[in-house]
Amino acid sequence: MWIYEKKLEFPISIKKPDARLAKIMLEQYGGPDGELGASLRYLSQKFTMVTPEAKATLNDIATEEFAHSEMMATIFHQLTQGLTKDDIINSGLDAYYVNHGLGVYPVSAAGVPFSAAAFQSKGDPITDLYEDLAAEQKARTTYEYLIDLTDDPDVLAPLRFLREREVVHFQRFGEALDIARDYLNQQHYFFMNKYDCND
Amino acid sequence: MTQNDMMTKLMELDFISLDLGLFLNTHPDNNEAIDTYNQVITAADALRLKYEEKYGPLCSFRSYATNTEQWQWMDTPWPWQKDANVSFAGKECI
Repeated sequence: MWIYEKKLEFPISIKKPDARLAKIMLEQYGGPDGELGASLRYLSQKFTMVTPEAKATLNDIATEEFAHSEMMATIFHQLTQGLTKDDIINSGLDAYYVNHGLGVYPVSAAGVPFSAAAFQSKGDPITDLYEDLAAEQKARTTYEYLIDLTDDPDVLAPLRFLREREVVHFQRFGEALDIARDYLNQQHYFFMNKYDCND
Repeated sequence: MTQNDMMTKLMELDFISLDLGLFLNTHPDNNEAIDTYNQVITAADALRLKYEEKYGPLCSFRSYATNTEQWQWMDTPWPWQKDANVSFAGKECI
């Protein structure tokens, strides 16, 4: 169950429309290392996670990533308000425009539609947590590339916030991995086993 | 406090509790963090109530309807509108 609250996780108020920026911001909405993929990855993996700590970490970070999807979509939406025909043509947003207008659609910056093929859910807690650590680093790197190409301070502020969240999530997943590994390394007794494999 | 100031303060408090919540998931016996978490939740609750009484509901199904004549949920600004937010340009951590 989720509760929608009528506010962003971090405020976004962009004054200047910018078609080029709008186009590249889509990367972190519908791209392979974007926020939508992050939330679906963790939401799917939580069901087979071990230990209360790691389950809570996946559940709650997944929830936060949904709020980040809304932030990236908001950045795109605000950047496209007030664009002229020339802006759209000169920036290369025209290919997106002929399909979606100025609607928000989850694609990468290069126009590849969102795909679950960019993430995994393996049913193995260690495998999944390693994927999550990598995912947070990939997202951090993408935010740094986006920051490199952004001059508008109204856009930089939320991008820097989101980059920092990737660093924090990486830290939390690292702690969850340690906890899950310790748990799996403990001696387990399977009292219900009919046969002992070592016999 | 203006509506935007109040909203920004609420975002700030909610963010602290969200981040502390993630920390506590992997440090469940950190008493200091639990104390701070409770204090922040209390402050955010009080502010949320004040905001909602003044400007209308924030939650899709957990906020009180303060006006029984008119359903207000769709009247307050949506969070993706730029005038519903302030810009944090230059104020974010680097």
